[in-house]
Amino acid sequence: MVRLEKRLNPNRTVAMLTPLLAVLLTMLAGGIMFALLGNDPFEAIRVIFWDPLFAEPFASYSRPQLLVKAGPLILIAIGLSIGFRAGIWNIGAEGQYIMGAICGAAAGLAFYPSESPLIFPLMVLFGGLGGWAWAMIPAVLKVRFGTNEILVSLMLVYVAENILAMVSTGVLRNPEGMGFPGSRNLGHWDAASNPELIEGTGMHWGVALSLVVVIATYVMMTRHIRGFHVRLAGEAPRAARFAGVNPTRIVIFCLGLAGALAGLAGLFEVSGPAGQITIDFASGYGFTAIIVAFLGRLHPVGILLAGLLMALTYIGGELAQLLLGVPAAAIQLFQGMLLFFLLAMDVFTNYRVRFGTTKVTA
Amino acid sequence: MIRNLLLASAATLGLATAAAAQDPTEACFVYVGPIGDGGWTYQHHQGALAVKETYGDKVNVRWQESVPEGADSERVITQMALSGCDIIFTTSFGYMDPTNAVAAKFPKVKFEHATGYKREHSNVSSYNSRFYEGRAVVGHIAGRMTKTNKIGYIASFPIPEVIMGINSYYNHAKAVNPDVELVVTWVYTWFDPAKEADAARAMLDQGVDMITAHTDSTAPLAEIAKEGGSAFGFGQASDMSAFATNDDGSMGPRITSIIDDWSPYYVKRVGQLMDGTYEQIDSWGGMPEGEVVIGPMTDAIPADVQAEAQGMIEAITAGEYHPFTGPMFNQAGEQFLADGETIEDGPLLGMNFYVQGITAEIPN
Repeated sequence: MVRLEKRLNPNRTVAMLTPLLAVLLTMLAGGIMFALLGNDPFEAIRVIFWDPLFAEPFASYSRPQLLVKAGPLILIAIGLSIGFRAGIWNIGAEGQYIMGAICGAAAGLAFYPSESPLIFPLMVLFGGLGGWAWAMIPAVLKVRFGTNEILVSLMLVYVAENILAMVSTGVLRNPEGMGFPGSRNLGHWDAASNPELIEGTGMHWGVALSLVVVIATYVMMTRHIRGFHVRLAGEAPRAARFAGVNPTRIVIFCLGLAGALAGLAGLFEVSGPAGQITIDFASGYGFTAIIVAFLGRLHPVGILLAGLLMALTYIGGELAQLLLGVPAAAIQLFQGMLLFFLLAMDVFTNYRVRFGTTKVTA
Repeated sequence: MIRNLLLASAATLGLATAAAAQDPTEACFVYVGPIGDGGWTYQHHQGALAVKETYGDKVNVRWQESVPEGADSERVITQMALSGCDIIFTTSFGYMDPTNAVAAKFPKVKFEHATGYKREHSNVSSYNSRFYEGRAVVGHIAGRMTKTNKIGYIASFPIPEVIMGINSYYNHAKAVNPDVELVVTWVYTWFDPAKEADAARAMLDQGVDMITAHTDSTAPLAEIAKEGGSAFGFGQASDMSAFATNDDGSMGPRITSIIDDWSPYYVKRVGQLMDGTYEQIDSWGGMPEGEVVIGPMTDAIPADVQAEAQGMIEAITAGEYHPFTGPMFNQAGEQFLADGETIEDGPLLGMNFYVQGITAEIPN
């Protein structure tokens, strides 16, 4: 018999090192997979992890793209991590991301073709509000009726996807689009677009905000009473109640903040890299961010690094497909391995494996 | 001065040709689904393989599958251009704006976008197929074969391409069966086997016995197969011949198919790029160009119906028959095509209304 036994004092250094170990194990197992597929494993690993950063002619383009891809992941993951620390499981960031993009884009498009400088700030406001409002549904249902936020927030993703299809073919459809689905391209409309702030850096308002949020969250979680309450609610709910932490307020705060950040990520994406509301606008950032949050150990700085790493596997994975003909499914498997090894390492950090049966002594 | 310029450009041209003779032409493809989807992407990939087959060592074919539409596709297309692709085919409508955005940054690379309408730069061409020609043929077959007088159309999105397909299918069924009734189900997806199967099931439960789909999976055919031969369907995008016979050897649900054959277009365009006759175009080919093909008909279709269908295919291929030939009326009874008049491409590409006789409404 093999059993797992909880370690009383998990080693903190080991806990910090596990993500790194997980990456190494992924490289190893992934390399074997690539070899079995008939590719040179060393070349494949190099193309995924090295070429996007340092090999021309790709690197000068992909380095900024790393920020573009990581920005929304980090923004959403930070919001989720605060809830996860408090034991509030918002799985529906994808829906909040979509609703933020729809509300923000709609707020802007209502004033098309005005060139007022107020349009973009208005869109940002509505983007955040849209995500916040969508997250308030599971929050209010949870505090009023005790429903499970995991189920409700996840189900609302599918509702949001259908709303996205509806507005793309309906109210937000580009009137000059020959009847095809999809809104006007916000990138072609200066007042509503979210361009690169400095040419060639990939840095747009969303990326800038995600960096600010990383710092702000770090400060809040370590220095502010609100951060202390969040951690306490997650780690010791009973103690939290004795300490006067109001569980209702924690739920509303955590879900609301995560929703607003996801909504903002959606708005910055639709007005920047994506450019328009289309049926396929949702690209899974909301779900990938859950991986990023855990990969980053629910710690703001960890999430920053995890977001960049995740973005690297995407961009490097694309290059591997293009240059080496690796199938798309192999790249997805590779990313899946990363999460698998991380979770496996977690188990071994927190538990010890015991062989043989326990003897019950009286 | 002008002479020098001409000489200089002639020299550059010469150099370019010389370089082309040494290096293989890089033809690159961006796919929205996996190459094994058995439908849309599979067919585009067959076209890419045909390019390799035709030109051998003179061409290098590369591709990337399952590329999400939107921001990710812009990055993928850019990386392709950076990696030395000479011509890039982007094979889904959602790549339209990204394709044009990347084309602006790489004026020397040729871009070809499928099923869209934006050509913002001189190096962007667009191409599509006249799928409605295939719908006319299967509509005719459906109208002749239905026993319940109810025929179905699993529709993806309410865009002109789908609406013209519905109109073409219905018109040609009604022409041979005035009692025919059309059931349209909108699934709001191009590829979702579960939703497509649900739509087919709902239709079958209403008594629909002939179903065509404007979505890419084989799920509707699998659902129709459960009826044990009382209902039939058509392969879509790809031949889907696996459904022509059941596992036990009996007649399967797929009685023929509308095949998108992109090979003639891809082979032609890459060839033009290599021999220097390449120009920006907006291509809309159909049966005459070999881009829309009706797959083999099974014996489930009576011999006389097969002969009629074959006659229609030949007439369309020869350019003698246009599936949108007047007189035609819209749902409100207003005439939009006079007797014998054929529709222009412009109004056809923007078609946003049903023809007379369809009782459903286009969702808004």
